[in-house]
Amino acid sequence: MDHTNIPRTVPRKSATFDDYTLSEIRRAAATGLYDIRGAGTKRKLPHLDDLLFLGASISRYPLEGYREKCGTNVVLGGRFAKKPIEIRIPITIAGMSFGSLSAQAKEALGRGASAVGTSTTTGDGGMTAEERGHSSTLVYQYLPSRYGMNPDDLRKADAIEVVIGQGAKPGGGGMLLGQKISPRVAAMRTLPQGIDQRSACRHPDWTGPDDLEIKIQELREITDWEKPIYVKVGAARPYYDTALAVKAGADVVVLDGMQGGTAATQEVFIEHVGIPLLAAIRPAVQALQDLGMHRKVQLIVSGGIRNGADVAKCLALGADAVSIGTAALVALGDNDPALAADYAALGTVPGAYDDWQDGRDPAGITTQDPALATRLDPEKAGRRLANYLSVLALEAQTIARACGKSHVHNLEPEDLVSLTIEAAAMARVPLAGTDWIPGAGRY
Amino acid sequence: MTPSPHCIDLATATVRELNQRLHHLTADGDPGIWRVLNPAGGHAIAVGLNAPVTVEIDGHVGYYCAGMNKSASVRINGNAGVGVAENMMSGLVHVRGDASQAAGATAHGGLLVIDGNASARCGISMKGIDIVVKGSIGHMSAFMGQAGTLTVLGDAGEALGDSLYEARLFVRGSVASLGADCVEKEMRDEHRAVLHARLEAAGLAGEVDVSEFRRYGSARGLYHFHVDNVY
Repeated sequence: MDHTNIPRTVPRKSATFDDYTLSEIRRAAATGLYDIRGAGTKRKLPHLDDLLFLGASISRYPLEGYREKCGTNVVLGGRFAKKPIEIRIPITIAGMSFGSLSAQAKEALGRGASAVGTSTTTGDGGMTAEERGHSSTLVYQYLPSRYGMNPDDLRKADAIEVVIGQGAKPGGGGMLLGQKISPRVAAMRTLPQGIDQRSACRHPDWTGPDDLEIKIQELREITDWEKPIYVKVGAARPYYDTALAVKAGADVVVLDGMQGGTAATQEVFIEHVGIPLLAAIRPAVQALQDLGMHRKVQLIVSGGIRNGADVAKCLALGADAVSIGTAALVALGDNDPALAADYAALGTVPGAYDDWQDGRDPAGITTQDPALATRLDPEKAGRRLANYLSVLALEAQTIARACGKSHVHNLEPEDLVSLTIEAAAMARVPLAGTDWIPGAGRY
Repeated sequence: MTPSPHCIDLATATVRELNQRLHHLTADGDPGIWRVLNPAGGHAIAVGLNAPVTVEIDGHVGYYCAGMNKSASVRINGNAGVGVAENMMSGLVHVRGDASQAAGATAHGGLLVIDGNASARCGISMKGIDIVVKGSIGHMSAFMGQAGTLTVLGDAGEALGDSLYEARLFVRGSVASLGADCVEKEMRDEHRAVLHARLEAAGLAGEVDVSEFRRYGSARGLYHFHVDNVY
């Protein structure tokens, strides 16, 4: 055999030890610390893309394009609150803190949401005058850290959200690294300026669902039973968490899938704890149905919502509304290709920037640096967000009309099929072209 | 006891009715003195007060009594359940008996005086409140305490001041153990002055010798996230 002319195989990289994995091993070996970053999971997961709507056919009668009425309004909090809130579109803005976001970004979120008649949500760190002033409907988060928590802001809020967890890190607390603890952020949180701040992972004065019921009673008493009270959980055990939230007296359950974003969390947490939104919605809806509370206690779901089809699919699976965070930041200007040179200077590229914890965001959104923050024009960014929210609602209406629904809430699981066996099992809709729902009849 | 015009008996009235009436009080005029009878361990009694009213509760209360108090003076002639005076902003809460867990949790201001003992997590995540406990406190007290003072005439349980920020802790008796990043610190004149003022506010001026106390605070080792600081 001529050994000089043996064809060589091309260099082959490991699927297990891929380039990212190798780089992470080298980073860990150099630092001795786990990686911390912002945003949500980046791995490929079973998601809403794996579902399709069937639309109308001989047995289903569609509504006319953009002309026939298709309602999108949602009333939240009618179970116990004297003053339920009504939003015009079934898409809300998720909780994001002043501290993780600039004041300009918070103002822009308020402007955009208010323009289309929906709500924004505070975050860990309290309520700022900017977001209260620019948000027609503001949900005030009640978090384990209680940073900035006070009864005056509680009374100013339109609703209260008791945060148990979030999809990016069920069971995890929060971090705000020192470079983002500006004098104003430090004062609002009663902390020394410049330290790496830790947000507690569990509430300080209650443990378990029986205590939560009493805590909710206290919040209702303080606010004279006026405000809707939400309970937010990260998607982990959605059937039981939803049932326990209802038992504890929630008006609204907020369920955040693992695709939900974070300002700063360990990479290993973001990628390996919690379950995808697709797998979480049906168990939560099932819990509401088993308790006779579906549509009485509203369900808001979040985690990877990007377009009106995602909105419509969540509603068809039984949610009352969705919430967006990452997509809202992109609408404001996050990861804009126009800032490619700035991202290159940070060692990244548009679309991959996730060092939201560092406070050096060239878009002026995830920063407390005054020079960077002023790059974001709250009016223009707010308009972009309003446009985007309008498109989400219009797209959801388009699909609902195609399915013959006069309100987006009339969408139902029977309007959906799945492209994969995994998604069929998780969403409990048939695999396309079959009547097979894997696991049907069992939970 | 003869009921006064400002007397609410929870044997016949509801907690909702009590709180609603107290919320209607304003700082204008004289909110007066209110007496609450038969609390019977009820939860959320006298929460969210927002006026310089005096409320006297005759009996034991459940969870979160005087929660988020602002400006009011609340005296509990009995024991208090979990989270008494939680997130208080200002004013005074005085427990004549013992207090359960998380007394004064996350409170930003005001004074909480507990004549008896306080259970675990007393002053957890405290943000500026002054707490004076005449008896002893349970484990994990002042956990993640950010600001304010915790003064204990008796003993402290395990893991005092774990993950402490800038809250200042004064203990006269023994400390079972200190939590992560909590250390004993030198007691200088300025600290003795602070302690004296807190004791005086609690009505203990001249009754307790400040030199018998030891001071504990944050080593500030956890202030910066680094592999050497991970527990």
